[in-house]
Amino acid sequence: MSASTIIFYILSAIIVGGGLLAVTARKIFRAAVFLLFSLIGIAGLYFYMNYEFLGAVQIVVYVGGIIVLIIFSILLTAESGSDMKKPALSRILFSALATIFACALTLWLIKQHTFHVNESTIIEPSVRNIGRQMLSTTEHGYILPFEVVSILLLAAMIGCIVIAIKIKPKT
Amino acid sequence: MNEIGLTHILVISTLLFFIGVYGFLTRRNMIIMLMAIELILNSVNINFVAFNKYIYSGKLDGLFFTLFITAIAAAEAAVAIAIIINLYRNYKSIDINDADSMKY
Amino acid sequence: MLDSTYIALIPVIPAISFLLIALVGRRYFPKLCGIAGTLSLLVSFLLSSVVACQYFFEVGKVEGVYQKIIAMKQVWLQFAPGVSIDMGILLDPISVMMIVIVTFISLMVHIYSLGYMKEDTRISTYYSFLSLFTFSMLGLVLSTNIFQIYIFWELVGVSSFLLIGFYYDKPSAVAASKKAFIVTRFADLGFLIGILILSYYTETLDFRTLIARLTTDGSYLSSIISASFIGCSALTWGLILVFIGGAGKSAMFPLHIWLPDAMEGPTPVSALIHAATMVVAGVYLVARLFPVFSISCPEALNVVAYIGIFSSLFAAVIACTQTDIKRVLAYSTMSQIGFMMFALGVSGYGGEKGLGYMASMFHLFTHAIFKALLFLGAGAVIHYVHSNEMNDMGGLRKNMPVTHITFLLACLAIAGIPPFAGFFSKEEILLAAWNSNKFIFYVAIITAALTAFYMFRLYFSIFWNKEFKPAHVNDNGVKETSSHKNHEGGISMLFPLIILAILSVIAGFVPFNRLVTSDGVELNTEFHLSFSIAPVLLAIAGITIATIFYRKQNNLPQKFSNSLNGFYTAAYKKFYMDELYLFITKKIIFNCVGKPAAWIDKYIVDGAINGIAGITAIFSDLIKIVQSGKLQDYAIYFISGVIGLVVLVIYWKF
Repeated sequence: MSASTIIFYILSAIIVGGGLLAVTARKIFRAAVFLLFSLIGIAGLYFYMNYEFLGAVQIVVYVGGIIVLIIFSILLTAESGSDMKKPALSRILFSALATIFACALTLWLIKQHTFHVNESTIIEPSVRNIGRQMLSTTEHGYILPFEVVSILLLAAMIGCIVIAIKIKPKT
Repeated sequence: MNEIGLTHILVISTLLFFIGVYGFLTRRNMIIMLMAIELILNSVNINFVAFNKYIYSGKLDGLFFTLFITAIAAAEAAVAIAIIINLYRNYKSIDINDADSMKY
Repeated sequence: MLDSTYIALIPVIPAISFLLIALVGRRYFPKLCGIAGTLSLLVSFLLSSVVACQYFFEVGKVEGVYQKIIAMKQVWLQFAPGVSIDMGILLDPISVMMIVIVTFISLMVHIYSLGYMKEDTRISTYYSFLSLFTFSMLGLVLSTNIFQIYIFWELVGVSSFLLIGFYYDKPSAVAASKKAFIVTRFADLGFLIGILILSYYTETLDFRTLIARLTTDGSYLSSIISASFIGCSALTWGLILVFIGGAGKSAMFPLHIWLPDAMEGPTPVSALIHAATMVVAGVYLVARLFPVFSISCPEALNVVAYIGIFSSLFAAVIACTQTDIKRVLAYSTMSQIGFMMFALGVSGYGGEKGLGYMASMFHLFTHAIFKALLFLGAGAVIHYVHSNEMNDMGGLRKNMPVTHITFLLACLAIAGIPPFAGFFSKEEILLAAWNSNKFIFYVAIITAALTAFYMFRLYFSIFWNKEFKPAHVNDNGVKETSSHKNHEGGISMLFPLIILAILSVIAGFVPFNRLVTSDGVELNTEFHLSFSIAPVLLAIAGITIATIFYRKQNNLPQKFSNSLNGFYTAAYKKFYMDELYLFITKKIIFNCVGKPAAWIDKYIVDGAINGIAGITAIFSDLIKIVQSGKLQDYAIYFISGVIGLVVLVIYWKF
């Protein structure tokens, strides 16, 4: 068993374990922290697959942005300390049954299927290549989605403000 | 199963996906449900990256998809949290079952 | 040709007056409503007099024959090419005569009501109803087609219903109005079916076309005669059903039961609607379709004749026993309409044979005048005595001299004493009966004698018999009696009485035989003096008996009625017709038809509907649990669905 294999298993343990704890934790703050671990594990997985840029983005956006946002909202809604209610047993049962069945189905499908590698050439996923293709206007360029996503982010930003703004009652 | 390959990573993403689904179905706290959605999105991201690496190594499309999904997830999280805060203001609760005005 | 615009105004003016009084006048100028209604009627009456003059003496006659003139025609509801319901104005001798009569009597009643209804708080409502009635009746007589006549027929029924129930706080008035409405409604159902039968076979609604198609040989006539149902042709059925409609409105036996009860309405209304105008609508309807009855279907005409004569005798017998003066007059009306009906029934079409038709219209004309007078006189008496019962009256001739004289003239007119109006018309009727059917003639002459008897019984009971004592005498009773003296009714009440009395004397000299005949051609009647002897003698005999019985208070009537015993009681109880109807409706129809039908409706029809609704509700209760409004429930359905689809897509062997 090579070192990379060990690293992979450790990473996958962090990812799966973190996720599992995040969705089952009684205290919401702990759930957020477990989610943090899981997301960091995913970033590690990206590094493991040699996608350094993606790993960096993962850490910056998720760990630095979304997790902070979530913690922020937890604090705003003042639910941090208390234990959350346990879900009803029947709901747990049904959900578990459905998810386990679907999970088993998917895993079995993965096991059955043989994947064929299509291309022999390898493009280095370096920041340079990513940047060029992202902003290129040629056939495989991603400039249009890039612009669309920027507009989406702007819209989301304005939307957040509109939704969450507190309207002062007129006196 | 010595060599870590596509299958391993797909298994991880599948597990993560269904953990997210399970969390979404069982937890009644809206913030936890939001976290579950993040997990689901991340498992999809892993899939894209894994396929890009192991099958279509000559392209970067999977990577771009991951990037965009990340961006959209960030936007989605922000909007979701705005909605949650607004709901909390109105219902004094972030329990999903309290927001059941869609009931028959 | 006549200028049609102002003819249309005759019915339209009362309609406008109705709308004006009902919508505006009732609230803003209640005091003026009576005047407004009367003035509009006056205009209407003058216009119709002008129309009558023009029609009879200037434009109506073409080569010695009175034409049917369509003065106005407006296509209203077009069903198919050639089949439409039109609104129009038809002028022929009978419609012109009727508009004059209707507007005149209505005008008299309007004037009379100014005094009679003076103290009523709902006088404006009363006048709006009167205007509505006048409008409907004018529309009825001017109708150009059979469906238009039906529309106005129903309008007349409604206004009659409203006026009978005018004193709506009196339970008997409410019951009477309901009774009148339901009975005539049943009859109108027959009328409607009759209209449908006739117009189905002739493919037209227009009177002229209808009569033309049904009286000349052709495909229309042969098809309606060849279609038969229970032994009679469709034509006979159609005409008899139309006659049933007419019989309902005209209170012919056995549909007469509503008329005596209808006297619950204000007395001027009884004079206008239930004596002079509306009740002759049935006669008018038969007269309108008379060529069809006479030429194509004598069987139906026989039915008309026998029902007419039976109703006439039947009502006359009952009238002899009643003590409510308005009821006596009501039965007398029924009897006289019976006269008109059988006069039509014994008549033929055209020439000498058309005498009955002319006589019937003549009697309609004179009867309207003297019967209105009788009712208005009775109204004055009731106004004075505050009672309808004969026993509360007597000796009023000194207290109400004008009423007394006019009432006497009206009684002489209806009894058929020459030279009063009733004499001429009744002689013509009797002559027509003599010429065609002896049996009917003998019954009719007995009825005429009875008429004389009961009218003078009424007259003597009111004005002679005993000394009048006010029903409510108190300490200064004398004073009250003297105050009654000035209370015969104001000028507005006496004026119509006097006008009508003059007319009842002279109306008989109107040359009807030249104006109104079945075929529009002048009819030369000879006046048979010898023929008139028997009826006049019989009438005088009737009057004499009434004089002996009732002039002075005595016990002769009592003795006489005791000797007849059972028959008298039966007649007094109106031959138990009401009881018979009640028995048939309550015991037989309610129990055998109504109750099972109600049961089926309640438990099977409603049950089925309620059951379906109930099952739906239960089922929806079951499935609405799915719509919990909880996001996670929806998510679980969604995921289950996705899983199901995945399984299906992957493992389904296509």
